[in-house]
Amino acid sequence: MNLNPPANVIEVQNLTCGYGETVVLQNVSFAVRPREVLFVIGRSGCGKSTLLRCLIGLLKPFQGKVLYFEKDFTAADTNQRREILKSFGVIYQSNALWSSMTLAENVSLPLEEHTSLSAADRDEIVALKLTEVGLAGSGALYPSELSGGMKKRAALARALALDPAIVFFDEPSEGLDPITSRDMDRLILQVRDILGTTMVIVSHQLSSIFRVADRVMVLDRDAKGIIAEGKPSELAAKSSDPRVREFLRQGTNAEERSDGPSVDEKTEALSH
Amino acid sequence: MTASEPSAGEGQGFKAATAQWDAGAASGDCVVKVGGDWRLESPVPSWKGLCNLKAAANVRVLPADLGKWDTSLLLFLVHGRKWCVESKHQFITDALPENLQTLLRQVAEAAKAPPQAQRAARTIFERTETWATKLGKDARDNISFIGECTLGLVGVLKRPHQFRWVDCVVEMQQCWAASLPIVSLGSFLVGVILAFQAAIQLRQYGAAIFVADLVGLSVVREMGPMMAAIILAGGIGAAFAAQLGNMKVDEEIDALETLGISTVDFLALPRLLAATVMMPIMALYANVLGILGGMFVAATMLNIPAAAYWVETQNRVGLGDVSSGLIKSVFFGLGIGIAGCLRGMKCDRSAAGVGKATTSAVVTGILLIVVTDAVFALIFNVLRI
Repeated sequence: MNLNPPANVIEVQNLTCGYGETVVLQNVSFAVRPREVLFVIGRSGCGKSTLLRCLIGLLKPFQGKVLYFEKDFTAADTNQRREILKSFGVIYQSNALWSSMTLAENVSLPLEEHTSLSAADRDEIVALKLTEVGLAGSGALYPSELSGGMKKRAALARALALDPAIVFFDEPSEGLDPITSRDMDRLILQVRDILGTTMVIVSHQLSSIFRVADRVMVLDRDAKGIIAEGKPSELAAKSSDPRVREFLRQGTNAEERSDGPSVDEKTEALSH
Repeated sequence: MTASEPSAGEGQGFKAATAQWDAGAASGDCVVKVGGDWRLESPVPSWKGLCNLKAAANVRVLPADLGKWDTSLLLFLVHGRKWCVESKHQFITDALPENLQTLLRQVAEAAKAPPQAQRAARTIFERTETWATKLGKDARDNISFIGECTLGLVGVLKRPHQFRWVDCVVEMQQCWAASLPIVSLGSFLVGVILAFQAAIQLRQYGAAIFVADLVGLSVVREMGPMMAAIILAGGIGAAFAAQLGNMKVDEEIDALETLGISTVDFLALPRLLAATVMMPIMALYANVLGILGGMFVAATMLNIPAAAYWVETQNRVGLGDVSSGLIKSVFFGLGIGIAGCLRGMKCDRSAAGVGKATTSAVVTGILLIVVTDAVFALIFNVLRI
């Protein structure tokens, strides 16, 4: 919804992070452009989740900077940090919906914490958000009463509650059947196209990558960083790194097997 | 007419959200121009009094220097559309950005669709039926669990080499480590309190030495085992329920069942035996600390030598008194173990479920302790022990 966006919504500069003495990622630098759908992929243990935790502030980097809209998140004081936190939403692998609250209460909590809207306005916004993700009328349900796909949608509604400019996804298709996974992909593109939200997605799901991604960033455990980045189809065809080609070609095969739309067809698919 | 207050972000690169009635519109429509930056942090402008509907046929919304916008603008438009439907006017938004119109269409379609889930209000009879059904199911679950535990115990006696003794010893260690400091403090203070209360009365008759009798009997027959049991119910019963509840949430219990491993044998019995064995040991320890508490008060406040206090205690408190307390404590341990394991294994698959299971384990454990104590009081009275 930002009509005059900056050149990059996220800028990561020389980021080194890990756990204890172990360095997982070293000197990683990249940028994410507005309205972009960026996939972070790689084999297990390559540091995808570590990078995500650094980006969303759950893990303090050993060194380097993470900038949101040119503001330094890593060095932000409490007030600046709170402001930056409002600019992104996160969908966790386990959805992390608060089990003691209904869906409506889950979506409403960020609005209660960060806005001074009246309870009636909050309720209407919650209803709008649930409608946007296809869960209209389900606000009274508890997370335990939902299917896996509905939980993902509910988590997206909560992440979108404050109209963030960026949404981070950790394995959005994890545990979903192929049809529900495709619906989720469609929803991601729909939200991006209607709301202009930038998406950063950590995923293993190669079919989703070919359906949704504008750009892919491949991480590697041995290199402790990015070994390739670009459009998924181009990387699968032309990457000089055999690890990248092998990883992505399996996705191409999977996509062919599932007879899904090509990268060029994805915008068309949205209109249906 | 400007219907909005300056936005909270003004001065930080944001312009105030505006919604204005264009009085000079030539078409005869009520034209509302929306402009500026729309942010959730600012209040949503009201439609009341925004335009003169009496003269207008349609309400037309036009963008006018519209900057950044979010759900607050969508909410404003939804309010406007609702208001127009009520006043039978047409609401025209075709000049607004395409993505905003898409969102408005989505909201309109969702409003037409029947609600997916409605929690209907239930009558008192329906609620009573649900409650009674749940009570019946709980009772069946409890009886079934106790039955499984009994069969499991029989199996242990028949095939002791197959029992997970290591797990049992680990649980015993945890019982001991978790409860020792609190049992020590609690029991010592119970002895002190009893001695103080007794001293106030007995000193009036020059019978202060009988404080030893009162403290000794009260502690070994009732207060020592009871104190240790309540502390164990809070510590160990809750720990059992939380551990097993988390295992249920993480599907670890399902994994055992699908492997054909008896969850009662694998998880409940080692804990149950640990609590049953450790409870009398903790009760005996509590008895000693309680008597020491009484002795401390007698020596420091009543000028009774510790040796005299000990001899008086030995004379009055017999093996039968100590045994009656210890026998009860075995059943207290069994009750705590059953309550903790049962609540944990029947826990709902959520974080809230684990919390409820833990609370329920403690409450059930304490209730079982009190009921067991009452039953034994009756039995000992009949048997004159």
